[in-house]
Amino acid sequence: MSLPRVGRYNPTTHKFPYALNRIRRAFLACLILATAGAAQAQLTIEITGGGGTQIPIAVAPFQGEAQLKQGLSDVIEGDLARSGRFRTLYTGPQNLNESSTVDLAAWRSRNADALVVGGVYPAAGGRYEVRFRLFDVLKQQSLGGVAYTITPQQARATAHRIADFIYEKLTGDKGVFSTRIAYVVKSGQRFQLQVADADGANPQTAITSNEPIMSPNWAPDGTRIAYVSFEARKPVVYVHNLATGQRQAVANFRGSNSAPAWSPDGRSLAVVLSREGGSQMFVMNADGSNVRRLTTSAAIDTEPQFSPDGRSIYFTSDRGGAPQIYRIATTGGDVQRVTFDGGYNVTPRLSPDGKTLAFVQRNAGRFQVAAMDLASRQTQVLTDGNRDESPSFAPNGKMILYATEVGGRGVLAATSSDGRVKQRLSVPAADVREPAWGPAPAN
Amino acid sequence: MKRILAIAALAAFVAGCSSTPDEQAPAPVEDAKSGAGGPSTGPVTSQPIPVTPIGGDPNKDPRLTDPKNVLSKRSVYFDFDSDAIKAEFVPVVEAHGAFLRQNPRAKMLIQGNADERGSREYNIGLGQRRADALKKRLVLLGAQESQIESVSLGEEKPVCTDQTEECFAKCRRDDMLYGGQF
Repeated sequence: MSLPRVGRYNPTTHKFPYALNRIRRAFLACLILATAGAAQAQLTIEITGGGGTQIPIAVAPFQGEAQLKQGLSDVIEGDLARSGRFRTLYTGPQNLNESSTVDLAAWRSRNADALVVGGVYPAAGGRYEVRFRLFDVLKQQSLGGVAYTITPQQARATAHRIADFIYEKLTGDKGVFSTRIAYVVKSGQRFQLQVADADGANPQTAITSNEPIMSPNWAPDGTRIAYVSFEARKPVVYVHNLATGQRQAVANFRGSNSAPAWSPDGRSLAVVLSREGGSQMFVMNADGSNVRRLTTSAAIDTEPQFSPDGRSIYFTSDRGGAPQIYRIATTGGDVQRVTFDGGYNVTPRLSPDGKTLAFVQRNAGRFQVAAMDLASRQTQVLTDGNRDESPSFAPNGKMILYATEVGGRGVLAATSSDGRVKQRLSVPAADVREPAWGPAPAN
Repeated sequence: MKRILAIAALAAFVAGCSSTPDEQAPAPVEDAKSGAGGPSTGPVTSQPIPVTPIGGDPNKDPRLTDPKNVLSKRSVYFDFDSDAIKAEFVPVVEAHGAFLRQNPRAKMLIQGNADERGSREYNIGLGQRRADALKKRLVLLGAQESQIESVSLGEEKPVCTDQTEECFAKCRRDDMLYGGQF
């Protein structure tokens, strides 16, 4: 038997090298990206499943994109393909830009439903102008385009914005290619909370610790992440400001403090505290003040999640004997049970439109992610691992990120919300776990 | 230096107590510094009532780390889905309960753990339940509520990672830490 190490440990917090400015979708892109690439282990992504209806799209190389070290058309293609809703066609070298006269009939005969063309042009002060146009090949018409003036460092972010535009025009849903994901990397006895682009690029470390980190939860405005740290030899909830690297212990009461969840207005946090005995849910202001108890039971009540309208909190409780999902009004009161099938249903997560509940279900000893349509109560199992956990919706509700194990190693995976398209995201020689998909950047 | 004096004092004290007549049952001790009591021959325990050397920090009492002393045993293991203290751990729990009772300045942190199956946050709850159960038992044995903090590590600090029943059993446990270890 080994005794725990002596003494307190102070983990290292990091200031993010880039300011979280808003991206203005117009002729001037204002995002400033990190140019210093920290020596982070890169998330690698592989797509492992095919979707149902996929739109065949041709993304022609952008004329002059070799002037940017980071190509644009590759990133756009990668984004669209990873969404599972597009099948990208090989175009070969082309001589097209956004103002070319395009032979749409020829593209039709190549089985494209859509075509993207564009160009990159030097502008003043070392900047570049990026212009593109999207064609609906079936209807033989232009769907419009956008022009940006950017620095070379902004190339990747611009490609994501272009992919968002294309995705939205062709599917009607908002794209999530400009979003970020947070996750925990465990390498030996070192834990890091990292934030990366949704495609795994540009990982930034928010905090490094020799003790575990769990339950990252994004504030709705994307500027802060709440999480649980064990550096004090017990769980404590912190709120971490990404831009400044400053953090505050907002729940550090006697006993355990865990499971932080932001309210949709960003003003409150639900947490689970054992300070009054057991594991019970409390709500408090985002700075840790004004702590109010929400549940009163002799059970384990945990994993609170606000509904998108902020009026209810879904949570896990074993008040009925085994862990199931329940709902309570944010103001307190009666508790309604939500899951009834099987003996273990935990980790409720609401889709952004509030209509779907994703959760973890144990079936014959295997833990898998399932989704329930809240109106019909129909449930579909979306994953087929043995230890799938921590589902997290993309801000457009179309993909679910979750943690799983492959070959004994923790990796992240993503599934389309109908279960058809799968991706895997992993870090070499490390375990990745506890993913949280960040919010859509405000326009 | 203080520790050497404390050990010397304890050694002298125990030597002086060796010819004390047996007592029928362990007598409650109001003040740890009074140094009362000797080896107990009460029907239940077979361990001497722990007594703090005068002037020493009870959290650094050498018996807490002496492999020959039951007080160095700091872990209580649990069955699947259970927070019941099993009979085989009762002597360990009683020894620590008596130590805490005798030494009001001793502080304990109980870290509860769960095996890795299932949701991490629900496992925080399971570990908490186990830690609370042990704390409750120690308080019943005479420890002060304020001496003990019960917390959970859930599945986050596993002692083994094989996905076998044997490993799961090792993870379902409470660890008792004394002041200075946390």
